[in-house]
Amino acid sequence: MVTATMPATGRQKTRTRIRVLEDERWLALTLLTPTAVLLGLFIAYPFIEGVYLSLSASRVGVPGEFVGLKNFEKIWNDGIFRTAVWNTFWYTGITTVFKLFLGLWLALLLNRHFKGKAYIRAAILLPFIIPTVLSTFAWKWMFDPTFSVINWALFKLGFISARINWLGDPDLAMTSIIIVNIWRGIPFFAISLLAGLQTISPELQEAAAIDGAKPWQRFWHVTWPLLLPVTMVVVLFSVIQTFADFQLVYVMTGGGPANATHLFATYAYQIGIGTGLLSEGAAISLAMFPFLLLIVIVQLLYIRRVEVR
Amino acid sequence: MVEGALWRRWVFFYIPLTLFVFVLLFPFYWMLITTFRPDGELYQPWNSPRYQPFWTANPTLEHIKYLFEETLFSKWLWNTMFIAAISTMISLFCGVLGGYALSRLNFPFAGSLGTGIFITYLVPQTLLFIPLAEIIRNFKLGDSPWALILTYPTFLIPFCTWLMMGYFKAVPRELEECARIDGASRLQAMLYIIIPVAIPGILSAGIFAFTLSWNEFIYALVFLSSSEQKTVPVGVTSELIRGDVFFWGPLMAGALLGSIPVAMVYSFFVEHYVSGLTGSVKG
Amino acid sequence: MAQVVIRNLNKKFDEVHAVKDVNLNINDKEFIVFVGPSGCGKTTTLRMVAGLESITSGDILINDTVVNELPPMDRDIAMVFQNYALYPHMSVYDNMAFGLKMRKFDKAEIGKRVQEAADILDIGQLLKRKPRQLSGGQRQRVALGRAIVRHPQVFLFDEPLSNLDAKLRVQMRVELKKLHNRLGTTAIYVTHDQVEAMTLGDRVVVMKDGLVQQVGAPLELYNQPANRFVAGFIGSPAMNFAPVAMAERDGAIWLEGPEFRIKPPEPVASRLRGHAGKEVVLGIRPEDLRLANGADSADLAFEATVEVTEQLGSEILLDLKAGPGQMVAALEPTAPAKVGDRLRLAINPNRLHVFDARSEAAI
Repeated sequence: MVTATMPATGRQKTRTRIRVLEDERWLALTLLTPTAVLLGLFIAYPFIEGVYLSLSASRVGVPGEFVGLKNFEKIWNDGIFRTAVWNTFWYTGITTVFKLFLGLWLALLLNRHFKGKAYIRAAILLPFIIPTVLSTFAWKWMFDPTFSVINWALFKLGFISARINWLGDPDLAMTSIIIVNIWRGIPFFAISLLAGLQTISPELQEAAAIDGAKPWQRFWHVTWPLLLPVTMVVVLFSVIQTFADFQLVYVMTGGGPANATHLFATYAYQIGIGTGLLSEGAAISLAMFPFLLLIVIVQLLYIRRVEVR
Repeated sequence: MVEGALWRRWVFFYIPLTLFVFVLLFPFYWMLITTFRPDGELYQPWNSPRYQPFWTANPTLEHIKYLFEETLFSKWLWNTMFIAAISTMISLFCGVLGGYALSRLNFPFAGSLGTGIFITYLVPQTLLFIPLAEIIRNFKLGDSPWALILTYPTFLIPFCTWLMMGYFKAVPRELEECARIDGASRLQAMLYIIIPVAIPGILSAGIFAFTLSWNEFIYALVFLSSSEQKTVPVGVTSELIRGDVFFWGPLMAGALLGSIPVAMVYSFFVEHYVSGLTGSVKG
Repeated sequence: MAQVVIRNLNKKFDEVHAVKDVNLNINDKEFIVFVGPSGCGKTTTLRMVAGLESITSGDILINDTVVNELPPMDRDIAMVFQNYALYPHMSVYDNMAFGLKMRKFDKAEIGKRVQEAADILDIGQLLKRKPRQLSGGQRQRVALGRAIVRHPQVFLFDEPLSNLDAKLRVQMRVELKKLHNRLGTTAIYVTHDQVEAMTLGDRVVVMKDGLVQQVGAPLELYNQPANRFVAGFIGSPAMNFAPVAMAERDGAIWLEGPEFRIKPPEPVASRLRGHAGKEVVLGIRPEDLRLANGADSADLAFEATVEVTEQLGSEILLDLKAGPGQMVAALEPTAPAKVGDRLRLAINPNRLHVFDARSEAAI
C-alpha cells in the first residue's frame, strides 16, 4: 500500500490558519486596488475637477470663484461653439455610415478564400495602427493646395480643370477631414466585422442556398441579422471615438479655416489650452458628456436586448 | 474560392479589393516616396509638367539626416518607446489582476464594477484633458514622462481588463479548482495556472495597449512642453512646422520613421493584434 | 486514510436549496458513490467536501476535524474532474508534480512519487508530453496520477468517466476499482450513471432534489429500494410500475388493475395489510418476469401483448401492453415472442415491490 507508508510530516499537517486572501472578497479587493487607485486619480478625480472648473471662472494658474452655469451660457451663445456642435454631429454621422458600409463591403470581400489573404488582411490594418497624427500628415501633404497629388490625379483623369483648394474652403475642408476619418476607420470596421462573419457557420449559408436564396437574400436574411450584435458594438466604439475626435482635425486644419471645422475637442483645446480660459474649455469638453452618455446608454440597452434574445 | 464567371470575379471581387488596398495603402507610399525625394522635386506644383508623383530619380537621405541632426527626433523616439512600454506594463499588471477578479471571483458589486470598467473604457481622452492638465500641474508632473506613464493607463487599463476578462472566462474553472485542491492558494493558482494559460491574451492586450499608447496625442500635446520630453507625434507636429511653413520632407520622414516601430511590433504579432482588436469589441 | 463525516449539511444558492440536511458517515477506505439525476445536489455535496463551495449550514469533518472553513489547499484531498482539468501549459510530469511542489516536497521525493504513480497507471512513456498530445483515456490516467501522487486523505471524483466513450469507460471503471483495492484511500465518487454506482461503490448514496433518498450497499438498493425513486433509478432496464388498487377479500390481499389481478404472497401481504385502502403502486423488475407455464399459480400471473421486441443476445426485452399500462420484461433470448403475441407472464413472488402512491415510500 502506497499511501499508508507516508507519515504525517510538518509540511503536510493540516494548516488551520485561514488566509485572508483565500476569502474571495478580500482577494478581489486586493486585486482591484491598483486599478481603482489609477482610475480614481486620473478619471474620477479629473471628472469632478472638470465639473468644478466648468462652474468657476479659472484661468491658467488662477483659481476662480464659483460662477454657476455662466460658462455654459457663454458657450451656448458662442457661434463657433454652435458650429462645432453641428460639425461634430455631421462628422460622426456621415463617417459612421460610410465606415460601416465600406467596412462591411471589405469584410465580405476578405471573407472569401484567396491567395495571399493573410497578407492583404495584415496590410489593410495599417491605417488603424499607424499613429493617426502621422498618417494624417501624409493626407495633409496629399491635400496641399499647391503640391496635391490628388489634384494631379483628378486632373490627369479629366475630372477637374482647375485646382481644388481642399483645406482652404470651409466645406471642402470638412469633407477632406471626413474622407481621412473614413479612410482611417475602414480597417477597424472591416477586421471586426470579418471576425464576426467568421463566427457565422457556413452551413447556414449553404442551407439558405439550398432553400433557393439568392446571394443578396442570403446576406440580408442570414448574414446581416447574425452580424448585427457585433456591428452594434463596433458602431458604438466608432461613434464615441469619432464624436470625441481631436487629432485629425488638429492636424488637418487646426479648426480652420475661420473656425469652420472645429469639433468639441479641438475647440475646447483652442479655448482651454490655447487661450488659457480653463473653465470655458472644460465646459466645452464637458458639453460632450451628455451626448456620450446618451450614446452609451442607448447602445448598452440595445446590446443587452440583443443578448437576451 | 471565388465563384462565378471570370468577368464577375473581376467586377465583384478583384477590382473592388484592389481599389480598397490601393486607397488604404497609398498614403503610406506617399510618405515613403516623399521621405526620399529631394526638395527640388518635392516642391513642384501639381500642374507643373515636371511633376512626377510616383517615382524619384534622385533619392536622397537629406530629410532623414535633417531629422536626426537638426531635431531631437531620436530622443522623441526613445521617449515614445519608453512611455509606451512602461504604461503598457502598468496597464497589463492592473488589467490582468482586475480582469481575473472581475471574471473569476464572487464578491459584492462585481457586476456593477464590471459595467463601470466598461464605461471607463468608453471615456475618451478629450473629455478630461483640461482638468487632468490642472491635476498634473498640481502633482508637479508637468513636462515629465511620468505625466503620460501615469495617465495612459486610464484608457489602457479598462481595455486590458475587458480583454482579459474575456480570456479568463474561457479558461475552465476546473483548472483553478484543481490547483487549489492540489495545494495552491487562490493567489498561487492564479499565478501558476490561470495566468500562464492566458498568456496569448496577455500578449494581445500588451501589443494592443502598446500601439494605443504610441498613437496617443492629446495628453502628450497638453502635458509636455519642452522639446526633449516630447513623443514622436507631438514632436513632429510642433517642431517641423514653423508658423505656416511645413518642412514636408523631414515631416514625412518623421512620420515614416515614427511609424516603423509600431509597424514592426504589429507585423510580428499580427494575429495577437487582431485578436486583441476583435476581443476588445466582443469582450 | 480518513473517515469523512457529513452532518446536517445544507447548501442554498440564492433561491435554490441545492442540498438538504445530508447526513453521512464515510468509513476509512470506503468507496462511496453519490448517484442521482443532474441537479440532485450530488456534485454540490462533493464540492463542499472539497472546499470549493461554501457551506450554508452543517458540518463536514475529515478525521474528526471540522473543515468547514478550511480552504481546499489545506484539506489534503485530491480530486479528479470530469474534464480532467489538466494544466495545458505543463507536461504530464509537471502536472503530476504540481501538487507536491506546492507542498514543498523535495525534488527527489517528487520524482520518486511521480514515477511510482506513472508505473501504477502505465503512463511512464507519456511524462514529457503536453496534455493536448494525449488521447482521452491517457488524459484520464494522468488526472488519476495527479491525484494519487499526493497520497491524499480522500479522493474525490466528479463524474470522471463521463467524457470517455462507452468501451473505454468500462475499462477505466475496472481500473479504478483495482486502483482503489490497491491504495485503499477513502474515495467519494459522483456519477449520474447507476451502473458505475453499482459496480464501484462499497456503498451508494442515491440523491434527488437535494435529499438523500437511500444509503446502502449496491445489492441492498437493488433488492430493498427505500422508495419508488430509488427503485426506478437503480437497475436497467428500469423497474415497471403499475398503479393498482388494493382490496381485501376473504382475509386475502389482492392488488387489482384493469385485466390484472394478483395476490401477493407473504410477507408482502402482511405488510400491505396495514395500508389497506391506500392507493399503492406495484413495482416489478423486468428481470423478475418470465413466461408462465401450467405450474404457475394464477394468482401471480397476468396477460400482456407484445408491442416491440429488442434482442440483445444475452436476453430479449419485450415492451408489453398489459392491463395497468406499459411494461418491460427481460426474458431468455430464446423466448418465443413476436410482435402482436398475447403472452401470459408470471411474477417472481419473492421480488414484488409495493410503494405508497402518495408518499412513494416502500411498503
